[in-house]
Amino acid sequence: MTATTLEAPPISPTGLALRRLLANRTAVLACAVVLIVALLAIFAPFVAPHDPADADLFRRLCAPAWADENTEPGYWLGCDSLGRDMLSRLIHGARVSLSVAAMVVGIAAVIGTMAGLAAGYLRGWTDTLVSRLVDTLLGFPYIVFAIGLMAMMGPGLHNIVMALVVKEWVFTCRVVRGETLAAREQDYVEAARALGCSPTHIMLREILPNVLSPVLVVATFRMAYVIIMEASLSFLGLGVQPPTASWGSMVADGRDFLVDAWWVSTLPGMCILVLVLAINLASQGLRDAFDPRLHQSS
Amino acid sequence: MSPSRVLERLLQLPVVLLGVSLIVFLMMTLTPGDPVEIMLADQRVTEEQVAIMRRDLGLDRPLVERYFVFLRNAVTGDFGLSFFHRRPVLDVIAERLPATIELTVFALLIAVVVAVPLGIAAAVARNSWLDRVLSAASLFGVSLPGFWFGILLIMLFAVQLGWFPVGGRIPFGWEVPRLTGFLLLDTVLAGRPDAFLRTLSHLVLPAITLGLPASALLARVIRGSMVEVLNTDYILFAEAKGLTRRRVLFLHALKNALIPAVTVLAIEAGGLLGGSMIVETVFGWPGLGRVVVESIFARNYPLVQAAVLLYAVIYVGMNFFADLLYASLNPKVRL
Repeated sequence: MTATTLEAPPISPTGLALRRLLANRTAVLACAVVLIVALLAIFAPFVAPHDPADADLFRRLCAPAWADENTEPGYWLGCDSLGRDMLSRLIHGARVSLSVAAMVVGIAAVIGTMAGLAAGYLRGWTDTLVSRLVDTLLGFPYIVFAIGLMAMMGPGLHNIVMALVVKEWVFTCRVVRGETLAAREQDYVEAARALGCSPTHIMLREILPNVLSPVLVVATFRMAYVIIMEASLSFLGLGVQPPTASWGSMVADGRDFLVDAWWVSTLPGMCILVLVLAINLASQGLRDAFDPRLHQSS
Repeated sequence: MSPSRVLERLLQLPVVLLGVSLIVFLMMTLTPGDPVEIMLADQRVTEEQVAIMRRDLGLDRPLVERYFVFLRNAVTGDFGLSFFHRRPVLDVIAERLPATIELTVFALLIAVVVAVPLGIAAAVARNSWLDRVLSAASLFGVSLPGFWFGILLIMLFAVQLGWFPVGGRIPFGWEVPRLTGFLLLDTVLAGRPDAFLRTLSHLVLPAITLGLPASALLARVIRGSMVEVLNTDYILFAEAKGLTRRRVLFLHALKNALIPAVTVLAIEAGGLLGGSMIVETVFGWPGLGRVVVESIFARNYPLVQAAVLLYAVIYVGMNFFADLLYASLNPKVRL
């Protein structure tokens, strides 16, 4: 048997990163929470015990199952002011939160990556144009910008996605531009240029694979923020419109019943907190796992 | 930040402000619906009158010309009439802005009062339970939806315990002569200690809602920079000289550790101003943010446009101020 056959097969950087991620128990737990919420959201019509829009004033503000005042068996988390099942609305609300976050972060990641690659690699007027646009968009406080756009476009799921994407792509763009600026001086990019590869080929085939892990980390961090933004806009009445359930609008609905029915506002708020916390912890774990610099220095 | 970078940022400032004004102008212009029809929604007018009004408002001019007119008017503070209030937009903003600034300043104060001791303590007791609690709390702070946190505070401290009022800026029926618009200051100037205390009690919950999550980030920054400073040679030298721990911490380390914190604070101030929109809605705080949200539903676009521009200009200004502050506080940078 030769020496080469005894050597363990080399582990790819992605494999190493996944190993590091799996060794981080907090991150694994956070990922599990996100996965469970995502599964609940995807299969909401099958998982939710009732129709989230089914109102019945006889069930109005019915208490959760553990409370003594609970009068409606089968409505475990109670009902809202229109007698709609809280549990079903929370499950369907997860659908809105996660779908908006996934769409916004996905579209913003694609636009931000392309703009960042172009600005960082081509430099010149492309870089000036993209950088000034990024600076200008960063000149608005996020919530003010989103509220301004929603005011003009009107409420609704598609508009909320558009309003958030317009601001959100700049965060990916800044990271990708920085990474591309560093990458364009590397030997492998020099070699590709010397071989006569086109700028498009170099950007998409050579540099892009090397900037994907920071994009992934930024995307997961931003996802948490987008969920809070969507909930905030829905809370103000500028997001998803009734009767569609959204966690933010559910918190707003319960504001008038804080004394008699605390659960109407409290439960959707807790859902936002748990999901955002889980995404933040998962993204911290991802960053630690995928950023080799952290491990070289430790 | 090097002096050349400061100069670069200074030169970028007008470009960014122009870009911000262009985006705000386009937001308004590309809005579906005719502003004249919105203004005359409940009035019977002929087509001729509509055409005259469109001409008076300059809506029949080319887009580029309209942008320059908007820019000129914005510089002079002329944002037109607030449809809803039937008064100049600038008057409404001037009336509401002090309440927002008052709230933001108190939120910043809370953030500093909470963050500075916590950040120092966590840095001194590195990797201790306190450090871990602070780390968890800061993550919790950034994950907490502000509007829900406000509602929880109302539920606990206003509804259940009755320690603070549910909302508003001053008890219903109380009158304080308006001198500056900053109600706390006005109560002092009017010699009304009773009104001062009541106004302060109205301010506590909204300021905590806005300031406490901000303190989480600030405490992390202070902790990080303090740890860095405590590892430097000059601190080691100060300790070797036999100076007391307290003297080393507060006289030598803290001064340098606070440089990045002050910068973050200036940036946070701009962010809090934006965040106050949500908090004002939750607490019925009669500031600019609340009137903007109300104006959206009333389709009172001139006010929304002016307020968004104002928030952005303040935000850009605060970011620039943060850069300057960093450059002037950092002894490595000579301007």
